[in-house]
Amino acid sequence: MSWDFKNTEGLLKLCSKHDLPISEVMIRREMQLGQVGREYILRHVDESLRVMDVAVDKAVSDPVPSMGGLLGGEAKKVYELDESRAVCGPAIHKAIVAALAVSETNASMGKIIAAPTAGSAGVLPAVLLSYFQEHNVSVETIRSGFLNASAIGYILTRNGSVSGAEAGCQAEVGSASAMAASALVEMIGGTPEQCCKAASIALSNLLGLVCDPVRGLVEVPCQTRNAIGAVGAYTAAELALADAGISIPLDEMTEIVTDVGHALPSSLRETGRGGCAVSPSLCEACKK
Amino acid sequence: MPKNYIGIFDVMGPAMIGPSSSHTSGAASIAWMARQVFSARPVKVNYTLYGSFAETYKGHGTDRALIGGMLGYRSNDARIRNAYEDAKNEGLTVDFIIDKKTEVSHPNTVDILMESEDGKSLLIRGESVGGGRVRIVRMNNIDVDFTGEFCTMIVSHLNKSGTIAYITTCLAEQKVNIANLRSFREDDGKTAITVVETEGFIPDDVVEKVTQYETVKDVDMIEL
Repeated sequence: MSWDFKNTEGLLKLCSKHDLPISEVMIRREMQLGQVGREYILRHVDESLRVMDVAVDKAVSDPVPSMGGLLGGEAKKVYELDESRAVCGPAIHKAIVAALAVSETNASMGKIIAAPTAGSAGVLPAVLLSYFQEHNVSVETIRSGFLNASAIGYILTRNGSVSGAEAGCQAEVGSASAMAASALVEMIGGTPEQCCKAASIALSNLLGLVCDPVRGLVEVPCQTRNAIGAVGAYTAAELALADAGISIPLDEMTEIVTDVGHALPSSLRETGRGGCAVSPSLCEACKK
Repeated sequence: MPKNYIGIFDVMGPAMIGPSSSHTSGAASIAWMARQVFSARPVKVNYTLYGSFAETYKGHGTDRALIGGMLGYRSNDARIRNAYEDAKNEGLTVDFIIDKKTEVSHPNTVDILMESEDGKSLLIRGESVGGGRVRIVRMNNIDVDFTGEFCTMIVSHLNKSGTIAYITTCLAEQKVNIANLRSFREDDGKTAITVVETEGFIPDDVVEKVTQYETVKDVDMIEL
């Protein structure tokens, strides 16, 4: 039998037929299509998680200026924010720090895991690691989050877009947020349906987000958008776990994101010719 | 090896040196391939940057990635950040030419001109086509097209009949499965480059045998 699937509908059918979580269907698909063993895949997952962890630590403990000079030290500042002023609570606080940190590591030519892209690389580590640390869950749990996220990312890549140049930031940070939301739901013990619902909510909440990098660099406003992608994942997971509200099926949402992305003018798709990129004061700051 | 499906680590990956898959990771890959194709050790390299590469190369570390690839660093090698210093220590002189005027067919295009100590030189044009994937589209004055996603054998030869048949026979003898074979000719029709992409490793015997053939001038390999 085949473990391959083409969309959310196919994924959920496999999950329900075999009574398996999304992560398990995804790893069986990889074993079948790639002709590789489970251990091999899990070693690669652990190695990727380690790269994510180092990318966070480095920017928090030893920040360096980015190549474009617009970033450096933001994660450390938030990390050191006085507890009495950290309004978001410990898990979200950790997620924000990690998202900013990975963006800094990326912008200063450090090593990151593109998830799904380099520009949105902060979202998944932020959510996976903050949940892992704050809730003291097992290694198996964080691995399942990683695998779950890759299943949603695969569907979005296959049927939609994860390119800012093609469909704006909603396709990059939006996709990452959807992947992270779904991962969170599985790590907490939600159903595959709730995972997909969380992903859909996360996408709809960032729908239309434009890609407007100042000076064409992956720095501003990309870094803080990674933070909001992570926080949005927490929000979407909480809504989905409570079965609150009506959500659009993820396959429909994937098409909607692509359609909205194509409707964006080219000035708002990674050309640096619109949005924040042309803010007069930001452009002024760039000249320094 | 290229795959016909999108897997876990295509989505949650690659592990790469930031900040940009096309401007950093792809640039390193192009230079790495250029270094593989150039059979001598380069002591001087001139990079000409076009299009978007010319506009934003510094902030994306494209220059460091291009130098790093020439030093043999892959796109996930943290040494890329220090490529300028490393090049100096290796005795490699680099120069960047920013060309915002010449029209190129892809926005992320670079020409890499490598020179060796004994005066051998090779020009490679590469394009970074997105998500870290790249294409080599020119070698000296011949338009070519290959990606480095396969094990690749690049044969420069006189444009005489029988050469391609000889190459395929050598491969078949060693049971190497050819994924793609394409031949590209110089405008004057005298020289040609045949690019063979295979599904498995190409044994050294094959390379040696092809090199010895009368019309063959040079054989270079890109091994993964």
